[in-house]
Amino acid sequence: MKQLTVISGKGGTGKTTLLASLAFLARGDAVLADCDVDAPDLHLLLDPEIVETHDFMGLQTARIDESECTQCGECEENCRFEAIKDFQVDPRHCEGCGVCTLVCPADAVSMVDQVSGHAYVSRTRFGTMIHAHLIPGEEASGKLVAMVRELAHEVAEAEKKDLVLIDGSPGIGCPVIASITGADLALIMTEPTLSGVHDLERIVGVTLHFGVETLVCINKYDLNLEVTEQIERWCQEMGISMAEKLPFDPGVVDAMVSRKTVIEFGGPVADAIENLWLRLRPELQE
Amino acid sequence: MIISIASGKGGTGKTLVATNMAAALGEAELVDCDVEEPNSYLFFPDRDLVESADCGLPIPIIDDEKCTRCRICSEFCAYNALAVFPQEVLFFKELCHGCGGCAIACPEDAITEGSRAIGKIYRAQVGDLGLFWGELNLGEAMATPLIKEAKKQASGDLILIDSPPGTACPMIESVEGSDFCVLVTEPTPFGLYDLDIAVNVLADMEIPCGVIVNRSGIGDREIYRYCERRDIPLLLEIPFSRKIAELYSWGLLFSREMPEWKDRFVSLADRIEELIG
Repeated sequence: MKQLTVISGKGGTGKTTLLASLAFLARGDAVLADCDVDAPDLHLLLDPEIVETHDFMGLQTARIDESECTQCGECEENCRFEAIKDFQVDPRHCEGCGVCTLVCPADAVSMVDQVSGHAYVSRTRFGTMIHAHLIPGEEASGKLVAMVRELAHEVAEAEKKDLVLIDGSPGIGCPVIASITGADLALIMTEPTLSGVHDLERIVGVTLHFGVETLVCINKYDLNLEVTEQIERWCQEMGISMAEKLPFDPGVVDAMVSRKTVIEFGGPVADAIENLWLRLRPELQE
Repeated sequence: MIISIASGKGGTGKTLVATNMAAALGEAELVDCDVEEPNSYLFFPDRDLVESADCGLPIPIIDDEKCTRCRICSEFCAYNALAVFPQEVLFFKELCHGCGGCAIACPEDAITEGSRAIGKIYRAQVGDLGLFWGELNLGEAMATPLIKEAKKQASGDLILIDSPPGTACPMIESVEGSDFCVLVTEPTPFGLYDLDIAVNVLADMEIPCGVIVNRSGIGDREIYRYCERRDIPLLLEIPFSRKIAELYSWGLLFSREMPEWKDRFVSLADRIEELIG
């Protein structure tokens, strides 16, 4: 089974738009996984019908039993996450380490499990999709990403699919690392802007660090041809292949508004993405 | 006054707003809390770097002589950062949150604490504008300790915080303590869906917010209906314009290049001050 993850250092470079189009082009051969658990948008285009819901248990949270608490302040003093104030736990800051339970002389603190989000197995017009939602402010988004990928893997095996298409999140931290580790290919979306270049350099640093094969796709490349050229030169120097350059096309937003993939909608970007798919498909064959 | 600039969806123009507002105001401090991909400083090539320092996280150091391999530390660790084998104790540094619990739990006093760098904090100056940013080392997963440290650096009367995208712990850490949060969105279904999540988070945190619609003119009108329905002030619209997009792509500030925008960003700050009351 092959796994392709679409990521980008910078947000808003077109990850989800591209992934939905690839989902269309895979014509039912792939299982889809939305690993942007913090701001999942793929479902807006794929209109999933949820078949299964799984609770996601994140990190535990401390709870202070007021009737046992002697207000000695040991827990607050030892908590490194500033999660205890006036003998109350602030669940937004609690990272579930359990130090407070260790230091409490009155045994008044316990760690409790909590549901930090949900993962879903859904039917869509392009096949099965796994998606999730992290309860806002929760830690452990990387763990939920891992859960989505695990479910996608199981479903792919059960349905005898040889491809998992993964929509990643922006940034370079915890959820991004969880979405690329063990993937066969990371496709990085970027744009020809100063920020785009800077963020590309950092995310490539991360994919190389984890030894994941990397391809780059420049979105809206014709908005600044000089910066596009700069990106192409840099990729060449780094030995990274340029997968495709997508032109600026107002139809992309129109497609999104009508809840369709770019391919279903048609236009210059649709053509470019079809080229990209022709290029990717052989690399994603067993 | 602390104003944070956030968004659910990435790439909606947080940094565009934060940098242009900071430049228009002149006398302020701008803290870039998007430590995974900090970009705001790039828009101030005329900056003078004043200071840079490593940001460290505490880690356990295990004294092999004293350690009896009792496993109490690894059983305590909620992050599975310690694994005890008969010959040695393995420590997985990327998983460690630095809580210090293993050192407290160890019955043999075999654990002391050291520190390891997870990123850097920078401070620069452009005229009266102070710039602060954190930069997470590549391969590191945990952004929050660095965000906390970056925020501690600023102390002026007017602080602008450029938040990372999303609504998970890095965003919460960034906007916490703000007097007001500006949510930057775009008039598309993705923009609206992620905006709604962010609005609810801020309501829960009791931080007042307002919306800036970037690239207005594209997409649909749903964002405007949403703001009206939820009674969220629409602070500013930045139209989709080739000129603004091009200036941004070169790393130029449109509030410097297009004077009418400087005035709009100054009025934006006034409006926010009024809204806070």
